[in-house]
Amino acid sequence: MTQYLLRRILASIPVLLGILIVTFIIARVIPGDPCRAALGEKATAAVCDRFIHEKGLDRPIHEQLIIYIGEVLRGDFGDSIRLSLPVTRLLAERLPTTIELSFAALLISMIVGIPLGVISAVKHNSWIDVLTMMWANAGISMPVFWLGLMLAYVFSLLLKDTPFWLPPSGRISAGMVDDPFYEVWGWILPESGLWASILVFLGRLNILNAILTTNWELLKDAIKHLILPAVALGTIPMALIARMTRSAMLDVLGQDYIRTARAKGLKKNIVIMKHAFRNSLLPLITVIGLSLGGLLGGAVLTETIFGLSGLGRTLYEAITARDYVIVQAFTLVIAIFFVTINLLVDISYAYLDPRIRVN
Amino acid sequence: MIAEKTTIAKLNSDGLSLDSVSLWQITWRRLFQRRSAVVGFIILGLLIFVAFTAQWLAPYDPTKSMLDIKDYPIAVPEKRASPCIHLFGCPADQPQHIAGTDGNLRDQFSRLLYGSRLSLMVGFSTVTFAIIIGTVLGAIAGYFGGWWDNIIMRIMDVLLAFPSLLLAIAIVTVLGPGLINALLAIGIVSIPAYARVMRASVLSVREMDYVSATRALGGNNMQILFNRILPNALTPLIVQGTLGIASAILDAAALSFIGLGAQPPTPEWGSMLGAERNQVFTAPHLVFYPGFAIMLTVLSFNLIGDGLRDALDPRLAHLS
Repeated sequence: MTQYLLRRILASIPVLLGILIVTFIIARVIPGDPCRAALGEKATAAVCDRFIHEKGLDRPIHEQLIIYIGEVLRGDFGDSIRLSLPVTRLLAERLPTTIELSFAALLISMIVGIPLGVISAVKHNSWIDVLTMMWANAGISMPVFWLGLMLAYVFSLLLKDTPFWLPPSGRISAGMVDDPFYEVWGWILPESGLWASILVFLGRLNILNAILTTNWELLKDAIKHLILPAVALGTIPMALIARMTRSAMLDVLGQDYIRTARAKGLKKNIVIMKHAFRNSLLPLITVIGLSLGGLLGGAVLTETIFGLSGLGRTLYEAITARDYVIVQAFTLVIAIFFVTINLLVDISYAYLDPRIRVN
Repeated sequence: MIAEKTTIAKLNSDGLSLDSVSLWQITWRRLFQRRSAVVGFIILGLLIFVAFTAQWLAPYDPTKSMLDIKDYPIAVPEKRASPCIHLFGCPADQPQHIAGTDGNLRDQFSRLLYGSRLSLMVGFSTVTFAIIIGTVLGAIAGYFGGWWDNIIMRIMDVLLAFPSLLLAIAIVTVLGPGLINALLAIGIVSIPAYARVMRASVLSVREMDYVSATRALGGNNMQILFNRILPNALTPLIVQGTLGIASAILDAAALSFIGLGAQPPTPEWGSMLGAERNQVFTAPHLVFYPGFAIMLTVLSFNLIGDGLRDALDPRLAHLS
């Protein structure tokens, strides 16, 4: 197992290097003048020359690449051109929203998707099965942005003045007090550095922050704001998970050892959960891992529709504003996240299925 | 029809038959035994019909405002008017707009009909592009192996390390917004899937006896690749391609939605939805219909793709 782990981790190094190069190239070839994007259209040529020199943009391209890789390895992503803010800080502020959104979406999709898949496999060809599969097929075919808008229409407008009303946009309601836990606890936030970024990051995880500060109003509000975007974002993975669980379960339920287990008198539910479900976990893990990656792409659209300033929306705005520093850092973070998930999927595969380790 | 039935009967009774049934005939038959695949074909057939006959079916020009239409019955048409269908009790003196009018006073129904053309075109063209390039790359990687394999597949791994929509957004930003560039971006991000499928098929048949036999008979690399290996890789490529069309249409709609794909006044479902998204509370029909149309189109390809996969899977042969 250790050997497999090492081999697998080593194999992802060239990919990470490739990702570094790709993000570097994307940031350089985005059309537009970084100086005018930062200092405004009226910046003079002399000012721009100095700006370009200070940022090292007049050096040969391979030198820039080496400097960039060195900076990334030291955890320094540079300063945003437009917002003149360290990108690390910006990440600490924006990443929490995306993390909360993605995990809520994944949670919803698993809580609904897995039981639906199991039930429709056990009751194969029943009306539950047919309905689930019809719904799952529709689910993977829906555009995320459309579903989001329609959910907002139904829950924010049609169900207004009912207990089911949900807010159509924003992370928390305007006027809601959301003092970060470190301020409530009387800690002093350092000016800069990793510790400051970590504190800001944790403070922006609204649900965690609300629990830490025992602010139950905030907790309720933050969860309410999360439901619609999470359902919109979670529908595709939910459908994928339901389909995969069903087909994996059907596959396993047809095996001889299931019949043996039933024949020796085990209860049906025990056979379903202990013999069948555990053995259909393998393909399920792949789907969940892949969905988590897809969620990040969908987050751009969901965050735009629901007015959440997370990773995806910030990245999209940075691309249109030609802020190459943010583009570089954010795509890098997303890609590294993606590669890590794939790595974890592979490792859990090897852990669950000894045959893979040997090959 | 009768001949076909006797063929099956013969095969079933003695298991031996002089009549041969090709893999495609079997697949076709199995495909049409699946209800969901048939539904997919019906939806797709309707869409193709609409795409070809849009100019006759559409009551208005999809890019023309009602203000520019000469014999329009009322002087001051209403912007973002709700659907008005005479059959369902809309007053006869009102002009009929089956899906209402949009923010620029265009007939939404005509735009929806014309949108089917773009959507189908997007799906087929991007996937064709990606299949051709991906197949060539995968074939080279699998057949020649060595450092060809290493370089090509590592590049594919890097492409796969980005969420496809984000990578497409980045590529379109570099190339500049527009439908063609959006198609190119979606084509590029879908290449790795086909390269992987092709490489895997090549690897699985490269060492087969019939390939060695062709080589012994003096066949060159090109003949082996195209006549011996490619036919064996077609099955997974077709399945992947059909499902790929579905996701290409979704991604293209998403790009148009955020303004990077088709530009106004082109009647494209994603951009129609994007243009009116802030009106979802006041004119929900302008958001509902285009999205529903996207869903139907994507659904048809997903259903057909799933059906094809099952029909081509020999392990499921006993089910039919």
